[in-house]
Amino acid sequence: MPAREVGELGRGGLGGGGEPDGTRVSESVHRLFILRVVVGHLSSVASARFKQETMETEKRGKSEVNRKMLSRLVFVGVALAVLAGCGGGNNDNGASSGGGTEGGSGQLKASGASFPDAYYQEVISAYKEKAPDVTVTYNAVGSGTGKKEFGAGLTDFAGTDSTVKPGDGPEEGTFLYVPTVAGPITVSYNLSGVDKLQLSPDTVANIFQAKITKWNDPAIAKDNPGASLPDKAITVAHRSDGSGTTNNFTKYLAAAAPSTWKLGSGDTVAWPSSTQGAEKNTGVAQIIKQTDGGIGYVDFSDAVETKLNLAAVKNKDGQYVAPSLEGATAAVAGATVKDDLTYDPLNASGADAYPITAPTYLLLKTKYDADKATLVKDYVRYLLTDGQPIAKDVNFAALPSGLQQKALAQLDKVAS
Amino acid sequence: MSTRTTKEEAARPALSGGSGGVRVERLFSWWTLATGLLVLAILALILITTTKQAWPALQDMGLRFITSSTWDPNPASGNPVFGSLAFIYGTAVSSLIALLIGVPISIGIALFLTELAPRRLRGSAVMVVDMLAAIPSVVFGLWGVLVLAPLLVHVYRWVHDVFAPVPGLNSIFGEPVGTGRSFMTAGVILAIMIIPIVTSISREVLSTVPQANKDAAFALGATQWEMITGAVFPHSFGGLVGAVMLGLGRAMGETIAVSLVIGGATNITPNVFAGGNSMAAVIVQQFGESTGTFTAALIGLGVVLFAMTVVINLAARLVVRRAEIRVRGAAT
Repeated sequence: MPAREVGELGRGGLGGGGEPDGTRVSESVHRLFILRVVVGHLSSVASARFKQETMETEKRGKSEVNRKMLSRLVFVGVALAVLAGCGGGNNDNGASSGGGTEGGSGQLKASGASFPDAYYQEVISAYKEKAPDVTVTYNAVGSGTGKKEFGAGLTDFAGTDSTVKPGDGPEEGTFLYVPTVAGPITVSYNLSGVDKLQLSPDTVANIFQAKITKWNDPAIAKDNPGASLPDKAITVAHRSDGSGTTNNFTKYLAAAAPSTWKLGSGDTVAWPSSTQGAEKNTGVAQIIKQTDGGIGYVDFSDAVETKLNLAAVKNKDGQYVAPSLEGATAAVAGATVKDDLTYDPLNASGADAYPITAPTYLLLKTKYDADKATLVKDYVRYLLTDGQPIAKDVNFAALPSGLQQKALAQLDKVAS
Repeated sequence: MSTRTTKEEAARPALSGGSGGVRVERLFSWWTLATGLLVLAILALILITTTKQAWPALQDMGLRFITSSTWDPNPASGNPVFGSLAFIYGTAVSSLIALLIGVPISIGIALFLTELAPRRLRGSAVMVVDMLAAIPSVVFGLWGVLVLAPLLVHVYRWVHDVFAPVPGLNSIFGEPVGTGRSFMTAGVILAIMIIPIVTSISREVLSTVPQANKDAAFALGATQWEMITGAVFPHSFGGLVGAVMLGLGRAMGETIAVSLVIGGATNITPNVFAGGNSMAAVIVQQFGESTGTFTAALIGLGVVLFAMTVVINLAARLVVRRAEIRVRGAAT
């Protein structure tokens, strides 16, 4: 039968290619009609076949159909019973372990800042060893979304780099700040032939505002006496997504270089048009790594992972300090802690302080129901005690003991 | 087929036997009407709800929303300014570059497949082109950022050096940005992404040209190219424009791939080697951390993109209508 021809028609279309031939038109029209008849015939054959099958089933008798239906119903019923039993069993377990701490079971959902994500994930895996029945999940969706989800009650606690402002989500008075770690924000660069670089806040501000466009600019040379800087264009990298890291970096520039920095501060600012944006700290790090002459702000953890060159920044006391965990701890120690435990280590005083140190907090509700409160408190207590030494491994600075005590005291304020 | 009334259908027995014929026919026409209206309803619903959500920002900014090129959600002083001109420009430029590169290639492939290729080659060629469409767009973005952009920087530098002394062109081929992420790279990636769509539809359209027209051209002594421009293109002009519009729609709406390779800068410049941003890319980049009026402004960007697509599609329809009247004496 013309199966092959049908296939050809499908692929080649009508009269495609070939020599002009008067008979071809009628030939292809003829084929088209045959095709329709063939298709129609085939479909009616198929439907007749189907009818035959159903008639045969009817002939075999209703008993067979009934038996099939019954067995299916029984199967579904058994499956449902098993599931209900399992669910009921779980509920019982949950209620009975309400008062337990170690070996307690349950789920904690959290989301928020991506800045401390590496640290939080390490703490979660370490906590899993201690309390295997508790599942903690942390989604690094960004401080803004984290606050929104926390305010809407979708998460049990949230991670945020920035404090809660009206309109962010959580209601005033319904949450507590718990500081967890601090991390330096580095000014990373990639310049062949230049291994050490030190920059003052005004120079940093002008570089990121695209007022300084070449590496051998006199302002950079003044900060680096004796260094040989190439005549290369500066490629500035920043975050294209809204970010707490941007927020802290721009807040630092507004505080440390108030007369030079004109772009304001926030999760997103209007960077100059000659700069390049990328998603997340890792995206910015990638731009810097790939571009000779690139500079950008990247959190310490990612900068060390990507093996970027880190610039030393002049702090409030006039010392050039390279980003390090010791510098971050010194900055946190030198910062004033407010009553609600928010503090600002940016541009902190202290000879060893690294001036671009960013705080990060967990937002906890002031009141949870009994089971949840126990789980949350246990986890956060773990983070603030046994979890602190882990910070060093992932390039974050643990809290100084004074602040750690205050944070633990804050944790006790969580009611149940 | 001529339209039939249900009464006529009730009078004649159905081909497949049995009395289900009329019910099926009615159900069928009902069903198609319902789905058609559903599509319109969804479109209207999207337009209305997005405009409503974007209203605070649109009201705040007024017409400046589309005429201002400043996008500053957190200014040092004063109120936030949301001007989307830079992003409209970025979308337009990257889509235009995609069309300029992609459409000649696509129509070339389609012509090759319908006119010049041996029949045996057609199946495999079609399969390869369709495979290009199966690649997820985020993979294009990753490939663009990790492989293409660093390679293209060298090409851009060379082109920039070549055209530097030429007035006019030296502002289009200006100083390339160090990372290679620019309007041009985004345009190249978009071109690769629209080639499968435009090719497959063009191929369908070109294959419907009646052989008689082509024979007539040959009979008058035309060469192959003259036959194509004289018999094939005028006949299929409407369909080709439709294919290009579909490709343009994809290019304008492409989000992830563009946001990775376009450079993330708010920039209006004739220099195609500079970084920029497009509307869809900005929405996906900044939506997560936005609140209040900022979110409304981003949704407003979506409305502007929607409106832009509709306007371009209507303009294309007008062009096709005029062309078809010229060629055939009446619009189809």
